[in-house]
Amino acid sequence: MAMHHLRVALLAATVALSSCQEGVLDPHGPVGKSERLLLFDASAIMLAVGIPVILLTLVVAWWFRAGNRHARYKPDWEYSGRIELIVWAIPALVILFLGGMAWVSSHDLDPPRALQSSSPPVEVQVVSLDWQWLFIYPAQGIASVNHLVVPAGVPIRFSLTSSTVMNSFFIPQLGSQIYTMPDMTTHLNLQADQQGTYHGLSAQFSGEGFSDMRFELDAVSNEEFQGWVAASRAKGGVLDAPAFAGLARPSKGKDPATYGEVAAGLFDAVASGHIAASGHIPPEGHIAAEAAPHQEP
Amino acid sequence: MFGRLTWAAIPFDVPIVMWVSAVVGAGILAILLLVTVKGWWPYLWREWITSVDHKRIGAMYMILALVMLVRGFSDAIMMRSQLALAAGGAPGYLPPEHYDQIFSAHGTIMIFFVAMPFVVGLMNFAVPLQLGVRDVAFPVLNSVSFWLTAAGVLLVNLSLFVGEFARTGWLAYPPLSEIAYSPGVGVDYYLWSLQISGFGTLLSGINLTTTILKLRARGMGYSRMPVFCWTALASNLLIVAAFPILTATFAMLLLDRYCGFHFFTNDLGGNPMMYVNLIWIWGHPEVYILVLPAFGVFSEVVATFAGKPLFGYRSMVMATMAICVLSFMVWLHHFFTMGAGADVNAFFGVATMIIAVPTGVKIFNWLFTLYGGRIHFTVPIYWTLGFMVTFVFGGMTGVLMALPPVDFILHNSLFLVAHFHNTAIAGVVFGVMAGYSYWFPKAFGFKLNERIGKAIFWCWFFGFYLAFVPLYVLGLMGATRRMQHYPDVHWQPLMLVALGGAVLIFTGIILTVVQLVVSIRARDRNRDLTGDPWNGRTLEWSIPSPPPAWNFTLLPEVERTDAFWAAKQSAAGQQRNAAATPQPYTSLQVPKNNPTGIFTAVCAVVLGFALIWHIWWLAVLGLLGSIAVLLMQAWRTDTEVVIPAEEIARFEREYALKRTLA
Repeated sequence: MAMHHLRVALLAATVALSSCQEGVLDPHGPVGKSERLLLFDASAIMLAVGIPVILLTLVVAWWFRAGNRHARYKPDWEYSGRIELIVWAIPALVILFLGGMAWVSSHDLDPPRALQSSSPPVEVQVVSLDWQWLFIYPAQGIASVNHLVVPAGVPIRFSLTSSTVMNSFFIPQLGSQIYTMPDMTTHLNLQADQQGTYHGLSAQFSGEGFSDMRFELDAVSNEEFQGWVAASRAKGGVLDAPAFAGLARPSKGKDPATYGEVAAGLFDAVASGHIAASGHIPPEGHIAAEAAPHQEP
Repeated sequence: MFGRLTWAAIPFDVPIVMWVSAVVGAGILAILLLVTVKGWWPYLWREWITSVDHKRIGAMYMILALVMLVRGFSDAIMMRSQLALAAGGAPGYLPPEHYDQIFSAHGTIMIFFVAMPFVVGLMNFAVPLQLGVRDVAFPVLNSVSFWLTAAGVLLVNLSLFVGEFARTGWLAYPPLSEIAYSPGVGVDYYLWSLQISGFGTLLSGINLTTTILKLRARGMGYSRMPVFCWTALASNLLIVAAFPILTATFAMLLLDRYCGFHFFTNDLGGNPMMYVNLIWIWGHPEVYILVLPAFGVFSEVVATFAGKPLFGYRSMVMATMAICVLSFMVWLHHFFTMGAGADVNAFFGVATMIIAVPTGVKIFNWLFTLYGGRIHFTVPIYWTLGFMVTFVFGGMTGVLMALPPVDFILHNSLFLVAHFHNTAIAGVVFGVMAGYSYWFPKAFGFKLNERIGKAIFWCWFFGFYLAFVPLYVLGLMGATRRMQHYPDVHWQPLMLVALGGAVLIFTGIILTVVQLVVSIRARDRNRDLTGDPWNGRTLEWSIPSPPPAWNFTLLPEVERTDAFWAAKQSAAGQQRNAAATPQPYTSLQVPKNNPTGIFTAVCAVVLGFALIWHIWWLAVLGLLGSIAVLLMQAWRTDTEVVIPAEEIARFEREYALKRTLA
């Protein structure tokens, strides 16, 4: 009966924590789900030791209070080899176990590691700007600002860099975050299992517009994704070096926009520091026509 | 003439700052006026400002920390109230350029100018007394250390009224802190105030390490040292090893900002990630620099108030030194999300977890010290039990985030913020408060008010849970740190609860001031005449409260741990009776007052301020001034003052009389 009550209480607590909000306890992808499981397992193991220790502390302190005549005062007791062995062994065993979990899970859930799937991954290149997110789809030849559209049930392979300062690319409901850093490329693999809209943000403070560095990820069906790609292409707008320089000017809270065409190698040029946010144009950069991005409705 | 400094540097357009300036300015003026009118200057100059007595310096560190706690906590209240308001598109009342300065200042002040001076102050006061010696190894250097810390404090506070503070977070990661993204004086205020105070901390670390290694009472081998001294040794070894890294890292960033170097810039081969590594190679040991002495305080308090020796002394010492070494091998866990690769992340994850083993052992040893005790529920024991209960959660969430994949979803979240406040408040603050109420009667000769003391504890204890349990939950909901507003209105109720917790803690801080005033007024009723108000175990309780300038009239000899307890047991306090009978006292030499510390600090403030504002002639003046002070100190010959035997005899007679009356 007590067990049943405990289960109901635990379930209620989990539901209360995960239903009303869209955080890391309510994952919608394989990475986030594995990480939540790890979080729960490790918490349970530690609480199994921690809670008794806390209770024992309170009970011992209360029982051995100065006023309790039933408690035996042992003014010279200061050593017991057996107890010493136990107090070293308990934390050591817990940590041995958790350490094993840490080693295995670090490798299983390493962000650059490809996710297992029958469908080939969709490539997305991410550039953090002051203070916007640029998403380039190299295979589709389009780009999107502050709005990420991906097919649900398909792994997404992100390559990430920054054009200015550090940020951290994070979609809590999908799992792992990773830094975006200037002159560096990091890799991250995520997947949304179900269709839906998920919030994304920067988790690394990056200056004045940091709090507005939010975007939405729409996980849609494959057909809808292809439709969105085609529509973005049709709307036009070219993202080349000069257009990038314009985009990279500090701004915050801008509406999402798309580009129908992306200059080849733009991401690599940003990631290798050849195009800085200051709008430096490499010598081989060609003159582009007015390339205003198209606002989404 | 004045470099970058113009009238535009004074934020006339920000009413909050102007009001604070006015109130603080009026307060300082009132204090100066009072001191002048009452004619207290000679007393302050002689007994405090130029004092090289480790007990006075320790007390001044504590006062400095308490003042800065109020400053740092005002920042906390502003942050919490901003976030309680700025939900679902509401902008709140603090714009980002102001809010970003506030959280940067909060972190910087709380670590460098509250926690550090609290901990260093406690060590300064208690370590020489516990070791049974007359002072630290280098008394004048000790005063220089303190005044350099005070110089850093002054610069940080100046930034509130003249110019701005950093808007980069408390560790000022580049490239955000580079000149390209932070062209203002904020980062320069940050860097120079920490360079100056950090130098003071390093000197203090050298001083206390030397004291513990070289100056112990006769017979006090390492295995007979009080555990607080062991933790102080570990902490100061860490200071000596880690603070030069901080100084070097900041020096490189300063070269980037002032001389166009490229250590951490985006271009020309600079690498910001190197800064992140370096700053945490200092930053993680810093955590243990703060918490190890707190562990030491808890060890002393538990043993004293349980009336038992510490359980597993050798275990405790081994655990302390294990933490000391391991703390240098875990820095990367602060940025698993940098993408270092599975092997590197796993190594640092496991290394981090291993620290939980000696820490767990400590918890168990305190538990078994309580076991079989006769526990007196005084204020220090309240703090200790509160620590044991609360710190376990902080340790567990720490191990949780040491799992790299779990860190991937909790890094930089409010869960992380809750975790480090859990360890910093329940560990460091509770430890400092326990030490403060434990050693206060020793320092000033009367006890603090117990009832208010317990009220302070409950304010902090419940305030902590109210303020930070919501942050744990918010972190799991996806809320990140350092955001100035957020779109999700579901978060607002929890933010309001957290604000309530902060207000409750603030009540505790105000009560600390009230307790001090009440206790001073009632001091005649709470005098500690015996010098041993708690039935203590270590040498500091064997001398009068407050101790004389020379600490020990007769230098003690030590035959085991808990030396004073042993002395009390053997022959019913033979040693104390011996001290009471007339003795052929000899005269003693103690170090003379010395203004080198305050003069150095004045020059350091001038130098720092001039460098921040690019007033080069003034910088040269400040530098020359400090060199002159150094030369003056080097050529001083009259450094000691003799206390005649008659004065010592008179002091001992009075103490003996007081003790018989008590």
